[in-house]
Amino acid sequence: MIDFAFFLEIIPTLLSGLPMTVQLAAASISIGFVMALLLALAQQGNHRFVSWPIRTFVAVFRGTPLLVQIFLIYYGLGQFRPSLQDMGLWWLFREPYWCAIIALSLNTAAYGSEILRGAIKGVPHGLVEAATAFGMSRALTLRLVVLPLALRQAIPSYSNEIILMIKGTSLASIITLMEVTGIAQGLISQTYRAVEVFVAAGAIYLAINFTIISALNALEIWLTPYRARA
Amino acid sequence: MMDVAHILGFGHGGWGAALLLASGVTLSLSVFGFLLGAAFGALAAAGRLSSRSIRSWLANAYGVVFRGIPDLLTIYLLYYGGSIALTQIGKFLGSTGFIGLPAFATGVLAIGIISGAYQAEVYRGAYQAVDRGQFDACMALGLSSLQSLRLVIVPQLMRHALPGLGNVWQLVLKDSALISVIGLVELMRQGQIGAGSTREPFVFYIAAGALYFVIAAVTGLFFRYSEARAWRGMVHA
Repeated sequence: MIDFAFFLEIIPTLLSGLPMTVQLAAASISIGFVMALLLALAQQGNHRFVSWPIRTFVAVFRGTPLLVQIFLIYYGLGQFRPSLQDMGLWWLFREPYWCAIIALSLNTAAYGSEILRGAIKGVPHGLVEAATAFGMSRALTLRLVVLPLALRQAIPSYSNEIILMIKGTSLASIITLMEVTGIAQGLISQTYRAVEVFVAAGAIYLAINFTIISALNALEIWLTPYRARA
Repeated sequence: MMDVAHILGFGHGGWGAALLLASGVTLSLSVFGFLLGAAFGALAAAGRLSSRSIRSWLANAYGVVFRGIPDLLTIYLLYYGGSIALTQIGKFLGSTGFIGLPAFATGVLAIGIISGAYQAEVYRGAYQAVDRGQFDACMALGLSSLQSLRLVIVPQLMRHALPGLGNVWQLVLKDSALISVIGLVELMRQGQIGAGSTREPFVFYIAAGALYFVIAAVTGLFFRYSEARAWRGMVHA
């Protein structure tokens, strides 16, 4: 029935794609987080000329498929090769690897900035007023009061976004990067055993997601000791 | 660069009509996939809420698996797995070649399975948000369980479900672009075809992106209207 020998054969092959999946995810999640934080903070000032372009960026990247974004950056910008070469940016847009990271980062920055914006909004205003009463500057209030609370508040939603990004890295296989899904597709068309390959590759993704969710849950519990004790 | 208005226009050699037609394919693929997902989602939500542990375990596993693994992998499984099975049946009946599954049906099934996993969570949460007294009232009126669902629970449940369903719909619309990998000429694939034959990928992917954006915005209005309608006559914050 279940051919264990076949599993043993394909799992190492699939795992050879794991470094690529992890690299794409780690790079885009961290770059995306930094961008998301900057975008969320930039909107706090309520300057129309700052928040309007950011809102547009967010709406565009949330409103269109990730695959379109990847193709636009990889194939679409390739059309402007001469000008990109002049700007010295061609090395970046020539490589599917960097294009995937750019597209994934921009995508998660758009979603993440909304999560963080909501979380910052959720910090009770009384706390900010109290900090002002203490004579804390805006920057200090942000660093010591608003951000710690907002980031902790954002963990559950942000962990969903991280899982979506792990899943999103699979699209890089469409622009020739051999990560786990790309290798799985190759294996399926070589061996014609879709179910077994699916089970093995799926198990790898579930293991990654499970690790991340457990780590973030632990982080949340660690940051909210009063809630854990209740 | 060639004249953009000409490339995307409706005249001779323009791709406007093809792109609009492909948008229609994307829209119908998404609608049918979403509706199939509603059926899977409702079943899975019922499973999650069931007191029988085997049902709730199965429903839970369905949600964890299809929300946790890449949608692309699910699409490959259904397309190749289905085609391999079909080819085997074909061999049995005397055919020799590879038989591919119809791309549209596979796409609907894939979107149905994936969005069902997300919809299940929405329905489960909405079901739990319905006031317990409503269930007691159904019993007091002597309604059968099917009647109470249809006449009392589901209409109220939809109030709480609609915002979540709107989010899942947006996800479905964007996921439908992945069906292009199995060769269905929907908006994404049509964009690729246009980009390939005119050598203007930038124009075509911008156009495809804009069309997705418009479809998402217009259908989003429908969800907002439905939500307003579902809440009519209710006082709420």
